Amino acid sequence: MTETNPGVVIVGAGHAGGTVAALLRQYGFEAPITLIGEEPIPPYQRPPLSKAWLKGEADAESLALKPSEFYAEVGIELILGVKVGAIHPAEHTVDLLDGRTLSYAVLIIATGARARALPIRGADLRGVLSLRSAADAEALKAALGPGKRLAVIGGGYIGLEAAASARALGAEAVIIEREPRILARVACKVLSTFFTDYHRARGVDFELGAMVEALEGDGGHVSGVRLASGQVIPCDVALVGVGAPPNDEIAAAAGLECQGGIVVDTHARTSDPDIFAIGDVSHRPLPHYHRSFRLESVANALEQARQAAAAITGRPAPPHEVTWNWSDQYDIKYQFAGVPFDVDDILVRGDPASGKFAVFHLTGDVIQAVEAINAPAEFMAGRQLIGQRRPISRTRLADTTISMKEVAA
Amino acid sequence: MPKITYIEHNGSEHVIDVKSGLSVMEGAVKNNIPGIDADCGGACACATCHVYVDAAWTDKTGAKSAMEESMLDFAENVEPTSRLSCQIKVTDQLDGLVVRMPESQH
Repeated sequence: MTETNPGVVIVGAGHAGGTVAALLRQYGFEAPITLIGEEPIPPYQRPPLSKAWLKGEADAESLALKPSEFYAEVGIELILGVKVGAIHPAEHTVDLLDGRTLSYAVLIIATGARARALPIRGADLRGVLSLRSAADAEALKAALGPGKRLAVIGGGYIGLEAAASARALGAEAVIIEREPRILARVACKVLSTFFTDYHRARGVDFELGAMVEALEGDGGHVSGVRLASGQVIPCDVALVGVGAPPNDEIAAAAGLECQGGIVVDTHARTSDPDIFAIGDVSHRPLPHYHRSFRLESVANALEQARQAAAAITGRPAPPHEVTWNWSDQYDIKYQFAGVPFDVDDILVRGDPASGKFAVFHLTGDVIQAVEAINAPAEFMAGRQLIGQRRPISRTRLADTTISMKEVAA
Repeated sequence: MPKITYIEHNGSEHVIDVKSGLSVMEGAVKNNIPGIDADCGGACACATCHVYVDAAWTDKTGAKSAMEESMLDFAENVEPTSRLSCQIKVTDQLDGLVVRMPESQH
């Protein structure tokens, strides 16, 4: 590396961006590293924002990926509170919205995704929140407490976790979902039913198959959610959790191949060999499934951070991982692995009523995905079996008297 | 502050002051020690913070929960002294603790 090497510039200082910067140093990369973030604080973990942090069980220090002094110690320049406006691949430069232009030898785009806004009347009222950032979580936490009522629009993981945390804080919660069941896009019916029942038993209300027409206000602050049926659900705060489109606009404008996310290869490299894209913003190959997909998870961000850091430092590529994720709600540990592509049917191991079971998604006798409720062995073994792509015995898999170790043997 | 010695699989030693109340995993991750990935950030959901606790310390680091036990069951190269380092809370009693890392967390 010569002194004129402009090094690596990372656009986006989230979980993916922060991790790849630290990994590059861990892997012995010596050229300059510049990490640019839109938020005013150094990289932090987002998963606890709807879970432990929202309930007051984690503080800002524990959220931080690294202590704030770490970046200066290892020579990572942090530029915070600034957005990147444009990428110029031919010139190897990026324009910052504060007027600066930075040169790069290698660029990593880790701009993540943003909460989808509702294009309806009242969406700009005070008290209508989303949950992506620490600032969002601060606003939500401040609005919750005994006597408050939270209306969650969208029955996905964020909404369910926020509802569970709201109940823990003494607030009331109602979940409004357009589809006839919650988690319709991301989990099977068995799970939807299990979570609906679990939340209902803990005082959460549901409005399923309900179209939201508008948000009603009182003095500029949200006071209710108006459904297409005409019914108005009163609330003190509304959380909108209806998906997160990728922040891939600057990449597309720079001519990088995008299709609902920035297209990358198994090394996290984009269509420009000097530009990588990692985390929620990327549309990546899933080698176990012979197709590409946009994943939104920490595990994905970290795997791609390892891929990019290895490629940039000339280390061997890390092994392909089976994608996975988790969710904490009340005392439930929910872990899931794989993606249910081309599934013939599902097999339930254990009794959902017992609060400990797993749903396996099968193509023939090969496991494509597993959803495990308080069932870590099923999750871990399932994840390994998904990676191995080898057939299992359905009879044995369904028999809880046979341990997962034996099933997987 | 309790001192914890982290030994990478290749033998590299890192002696780190870790604040009481943090987990052994956090002590490594916040100091960018290689060999502990901790993908889930300490939720006992991923088994990528696997360590071997030095035999002299296995009593003081406490017992494994059923959850931790099940997760470890499916980790690579598990030994009787294996633990998930996110589940070991650092206290003054753990001053001097030595943990070793496995070859890989994935």
